Amino acid sequence: MKMTQQDYQHMSDLASPKTKSYQTIPMAFLIGGLICTIGQALTNLYTHLGLSEKDAALTTSISLIFLSALLTGLKVYDNIAKYAGAGTLVPITGFANAVVSPALEFKSEGYVLGLGAKMFIIAGPVIVYGTLASVLYGLILFLFKLY
Amino acid sequence: MDYLKAFLVGGAICAIGQILIDYTKMTPARILVSFVVAGVLLGALGLYQPLVDFAGAGASVPLTGFGNLLAKGVQEAVQEKGLLGALTGGLTSAAGGVTASILFGFLVALIFRPGDKA
Amino acid sequence: MSQKINRSTLKLSSSPSLISYAAVAGKKESEGPLASYFDILYQDNGIGQETWEKAESMMQKDVSAKALDKGNLSAGDIDFVFAGDLLNQCVGTHYGLRELGIPFLGLYGACSTMAESLCLASIFTDNGLAEKAMAMTSSHFCASERQFRFPLEYGGQRTPTAQWTVTGAGCTIVGHSGTPPYVKGVSIGKITDFGITDINNMGAAMAPAAADTLKTFLNATGTAPTDYDLILTGDLGKVGSELLCELLEKENIEIRSVHNDCGLLIYDLKSQDVHAGGSGCGCGASVLCGYVLDKIKQGVYHDVLFMATGALMSPLTVQQGETIPGIAHLVHLSDTPW
Repeated sequence: MKMTQQDYQHMSDLASPKTKSYQTIPMAFLIGGLICTIGQALTNLYTHLGLSEKDAALTTSISLIFLSALLTGLKVYDNIAKYAGAGTLVPITGFANAVVSPALEFKSEGYVLGLGAKMFIIAGPVIVYGTLASVLYGLILFLFKLY
Repeated sequence: MDYLKAFLVGGAICAIGQILIDYTKMTPARILVSFVVAGVLLGALGLYQPLVDFAGAGASVPLTGFGNLLAKGVQEAVQEKGLLGALTGGLTSAAGGVTASILFGFLVALIFRPGDKA
Repeated sequence: MSQKINRSTLKLSSSPSLISYAAVAGKKESEGPLASYFDILYQDNGIGQETWEKAESMMQKDVSAKALDKGNLSAGDIDFVFAGDLLNQCVGTHYGLRELGIPFLGLYGACSTMAESLCLASIFTDNGLAEKAMAMTSSHFCASERQFRFPLEYGGQRTPTAQWTVTGAGCTIVGHSGTPPYVKGVSIGKITDFGITDINNMGAAMAPAAADTLKTFLNATGTAPTDYDLILTGDLGKVGSELLCELLEKENIEIRSVHNDCGLLIYDLKSQDVHAGGSGCGCGASVLCGYVLDKIKQGVYHDVLFMATGALMSPLTVQQGETIPGIAHLVHLSDTPW
């Protein structure tokens, strides 16, 4: 069969159905927006209870992480994510799901090398590169005396 | 009103993520990393905090908000401790979220069993 | 005695019979259109085991026991077993067959394993090297998912070209009973790589291998697609099947009227959320050993070309940016001997 890789790639692209973006993008907007709205409601509640703005934001994050962890354990989060896509990926709840799901999945390989070691196989890079970016920013601040 | 702002801004940030998934070859893990780093960058440039002031949870709940938090933490720490702050600021500000994820992750893994997908 | 027709195609002159066969399938498969053809349907894919790997081994235990039972045979009657699966180091098979005590040759052909094992078992039997030889493979959705993709509870979105790994297994015993279905020929595929890198589009990665093997076989035997009632690929799914037909059309071989794919047969693509169709060793294995062999035996199909396709990558090589090589082996099944 004589055909270049480029030709076949083109043929394959034509034969492959595309993601229905007219569905996925509005769904991501809707569910992502909804999660943030729940976050806002929690923030308002915590501020009402007398927490400072900063503490209310942190408590909101922790609450959302808890909810996401629970929904992951109850096998609900992945079923919402099937429709929500980035709507459940981008909020902090997506980060929590990425931590909880491998912990749960790899428990069968033991508490240390399974649960413990595999907990950050998906979310680890977020912490690695987020932290590295913050260090770089800190160095720039320090060197150029921007503070 | 603040609910509407949170909904619209939060939804828009997620929609950007979905556009990246649909139209680029980026995997979800790469998108998460990009969003956090973008958050640090926007935070460093002072562009993200106004969005948080405007949209509240709509800007702080997406992972870009997590990046902004890291940038803010470093800013404060460098002010306080100089060079040492560059190393401690980021993770200190992220400690609550990361620790909560570890704790709840552990507890959920302890209690539940992974199940089949429908 | 087998006759070599060309480099990779053998005519099995003694027409070995598939004297017994069995198929088992999981929950989603039992909700699909072929449910009634499987010998055992698991309502819980955990199959009462602690881990998914153990569940997959359990399927192999069950399906081999069922095949022996249906043929009134015991493990001691089998000279060789050729088997494999998708898990690292083929552990699904190793633990599944641990207690059977049959001389064992482990195979890794990714999702082509049913055709690969059946080729070898038939060749051994045809040449008198084995009285009876067993061919078997399996796949388990959950065990594959955690090894090749993401943890089960991870919230990911599948692309429209992604396929769903079948939870199922198939086993057949080759011998000389003089009853259909017969194995009349085999064709061994070459590793074929057309440069596909998208791990969510396995059908496209494997289609060129299937096209190559089929073309080689038709040329060797001097037959046309219309000489067969069914040309059945293992798990090309919707995208791969279309590409296979298009690739062969470029060679002036028209198969659309007789082609089908196990990945399209096992699920109802409209109502079951499986995107481009089923995949995995168990896809071809359970559809062949559950549905197709019965239909040949009943005389519904006279001549069938079964061609299981495999994608020969690992998650590691994909991360390293390698392309995905494919393979396809062909078995000619018939209701009449040579």
